[in-house]
Amino acid sequence: MNERVAGAARVLLEPAELDLSGAETRLGALSGGAIDMGEVYFQHRRTESWALEDGIVKEGSFSLDRGLGVRAVSGEKSGFAYVEDITRTGLESAVDAARSIARTGGDGRARLARPVAAEPRYASVDPIPTLSAENKVALLERVDNAARRVDNRVEQVTVRLVADHDTMLVMATDGTLCADVRPLVRMDVSVIVMQDGRRERGYAGGGGRRNLGIFTHEWGDELAREAVRTALVNLEAGDAPAGPMTVVLGPGWPGVLLHEAVGHGLEGDFNRKGSSAFAGRIGEQVASPACTVVDDGTLRDRRGSLTVDDEGTPTGETVLIENGVLKGYLQDKLNARLMGAAPTGNGRRQSYAHLPMPRMTNTFMRPGAYDPGEVIASCDKGVFAANFGGGQVDITSGRFTFSATEAYLIEKGRVTRPIRGATLIGNGPEVMTRVSMVGNDLKLDDGVGTCGKDGQTVPVGVGLPTLRVDELTVGGTGA
Amino acid sequence: MALSSIDIREHQGELEALVRDILAEAERQGASAAEVSASQDAGLGVTVRKGDLEKVEYNQDRGFGITVHAGSSKGSASTSDSRAAAIRETVAKAMDIARHTRDDPCNGLADAELMPGVIPDLDLFHQAPLDPGLAEETARSCEAAGLAFDPRIVNSDGAEVNTLQACRVYGNSHGFVGGHAATRYGTSCVLIAEDENGMQRDYWYTTAREREALEEPERVGLRAAERTVARLSPGKVPTGTYPVLFSAQMAGTLAGHLIGAISGGALYRKASFLLDSLGTQVASGHVSLFEQPLLPKGIGSVGFDADGVATREKAFVEGGVVQSYALSTYSSRRLGMTTTGNAGGVHNLTLAGKTLTFEALLKEMGRGLYVTELMGQGVNAVSGDYSRGASGFWVENGEIGRPVHELTIAANLKDVYRNIVAVGDDLDVRGNVRAPSVLVEAMTVAGDSG
Repeated sequence: MNERVAGAARVLLEPAELDLSGAETRLGALSGGAIDMGEVYFQHRRTESWALEDGIVKEGSFSLDRGLGVRAVSGEKSGFAYVEDITRTGLESAVDAARSIARTGGDGRARLARPVAAEPRYASVDPIPTLSAENKVALLERVDNAARRVDNRVEQVTVRLVADHDTMLVMATDGTLCADVRPLVRMDVSVIVMQDGRRERGYAGGGGRRNLGIFTHEWGDELAREAVRTALVNLEAGDAPAGPMTVVLGPGWPGVLLHEAVGHGLEGDFNRKGSSAFAGRIGEQVASPACTVVDDGTLRDRRGSLTVDDEGTPTGETVLIENGVLKGYLQDKLNARLMGAAPTGNGRRQSYAHLPMPRMTNTFMRPGAYDPGEVIASCDKGVFAANFGGGQVDITSGRFTFSATEAYLIEKGRVTRPIRGATLIGNGPEVMTRVSMVGNDLKLDDGVGTCGKDGQTVPVGVGLPTLRVDELTVGGTGA
Repeated sequence: MALSSIDIREHQGELEALVRDILAEAERQGASAAEVSASQDAGLGVTVRKGDLEKVEYNQDRGFGITVHAGSSKGSASTSDSRAAAIRETVAKAMDIARHTRDDPCNGLADAELMPGVIPDLDLFHQAPLDPGLAEETARSCEAAGLAFDPRIVNSDGAEVNTLQACRVYGNSHGFVGGHAATRYGTSCVLIAEDENGMQRDYWYTTAREREALEEPERVGLRAAERTVARLSPGKVPTGTYPVLFSAQMAGTLAGHLIGAISGGALYRKASFLLDSLGTQVASGHVSLFEQPLLPKGIGSVGFDADGVATREKAFVEGGVVQSYALSTYSSRRLGMTTTGNAGGVHNLTLAGKTLTFEALLKEMGRGLYVTELMGQGVNAVSGDYSRGASGFWVENGEIGRPVHELTIAANLKDVYRNIVAVGDDLDVRGNVRAPSVLVEAMTVAGDSG
């Protein structure tokens, strides 16, 4: 038994007077018969957040969630039950409910579980006490001050600091026994600026699987400056154009393009069911040869990274598209088994109260050859989108949108004036074939991404080098 | 898990006792005031895909949250663990936070006289057994009706049947403790159609407090199928300015942006495009926006808000003029006003206006875009700038024609509400925000360059 499993068992099982072998015995009721796999997921999660507005920290909250989820898989069927506490009787009743899916009770024995070996991708710290309450309050007030010092048009500043400490242990009848301790922190700075009666908002944020020590004065000040800068840019923004045109995406967070246009459509469940626009297209050219897109859950300390996924599979680097050719899908155990593939470490769940499914981790495009300046200069008329809010995709038709929060016109190869935020819309498989230039400046986002699917949210990362898309529909109001 | 026989109402007394215990613990630990909300849910979701059972999900949730006030500062904590030791620790955690947050004179409980004297019976609980076998049969007949509708329906994302029982209790140190038990049933279906121009998906759903009030499962499957097939082989629209008709299912988002802009939190933060709009004309003269929190069997019905303040029927917008903001205790104090019983949001919000039949609305529009799907988050609540992805149908000579997609619609919301021409007689009452179809005189539609 490895140390991580022993530590997690102390947090998760001991208070319930359970131990690993007791839990394993109950797991045995999920093995045999028509059940292909039974699984128990234990979770203990603590979250603390602080919020500042009007220059003072006036809200703070703490939450403790503890529970277990039991899954029985039989063919394509899943039976699932959870209880919001970890107790022996809760475990037994959840096992009974979950296995009813298989109609025939499994009464076999679980194979002796073996710990999964995985290289840790972050330190197993509890980030919550890594700053004292006094220092958290002082940090937020400092950021507020920094934002207000940047420009006297700043009217409102809100700052939020969140630290999350998540301990999980998963055991399954396929032999999996695995635990992970996951720190996650983030800070968000939002400002409103006003000039001549016009108000605009700006935002910046950052974080990762780290402790709160990462929010140094320098980083706090930088987030404050960035939030004010984007708000001031928007104060000057004119109408965005409407219609199809060349779009240059800046590096970093604009990688949300890949998340929407490519990533979701390559999740294993949609492809097993044939409901994705990418279904059955492995080996085909689905993007321009300039595009190599990967999902990598192993990147050190990043928000989208995991040492192991929520099924206990170590994460990895999965090449989705290589030189424009579709290479692979993102898999959890169920879909991998049904598709005759290997799990890729992308089986994720929002919490013990949710079923796992294939999800992205950190999704980005490998850098190309062009200097970012060259990419802009190549464009006679178009839009340069430097930053985005969120996006959405319909994986069946391939339609996706993402909404720019900082954008400029490009005229005769030069970035000229800022334009109002606009939604961009396109079709994933079509848009990827129109990527004509990829910059050499790959940048990952700052660690604030959250992805929603079937009502479940999980933290993710995205990344992009400067990118030219020859045609994308821009949803402004101008000519 | 004997879920089939669960009656969540049996737990209401327990939850009320729990709330009183937690309030007493907060007082013991030195809170000057406290408020607690506790909830317990039990539910079942069953999914059938391509005729086979795919998922059976049982859920049982229980938890509580507390906010303690220490003079003018406050702290909050929540947990799913309601044992005595966890209660002590959770209250202590909230107290610890309250010691570090700064004083804000607008904090504190709502005034005691605003709590309801009697909790109204809103007829929200209608027991039916949580029966996985029955749910599976219902889901199967729903999906089967959809799959049989047209040979171009080639795939399915499944039909799902849901049953939920929920009990919510709120109490505060004025001595007020109140609760509601409610049921909610639903059937939904997602289908996929394909032709030579690719695949399209669409869905339909029904939801109600009573199982008997749901649309027939076959009807849900059929509507999902009709909607899906209608979207096949979509085209585009030349970029330009056109009238836009929002379907009743989509128009609720317009009601949502409007109520968001006159909500206390956005107003005191100056994060609204309708600042200082009380008494001013913000929409066409025939447009109104009102809430009916006490509607029997309503999906959004509740006798008191998240501060324990009695809810009441009211107009937010009447004759296109803002009559009331939507305020909580805190936001009302920030604005120097009185709470409107909207802590936690609105309850059964309805958008209304000059009403035409749907056919008359199409005739009125003549030529333009009928929007049946919106995508993305392109709404700037501060400036009112609006730009969202859209799909739907092209309307020519007052008749619905070919499906269109990969479009955006854009305008400033201030203009959108002022340019509402008329609304349909097809109010969608399924959700907490209820809207009819809404015709807007003009928006920029970005499509192809044509």
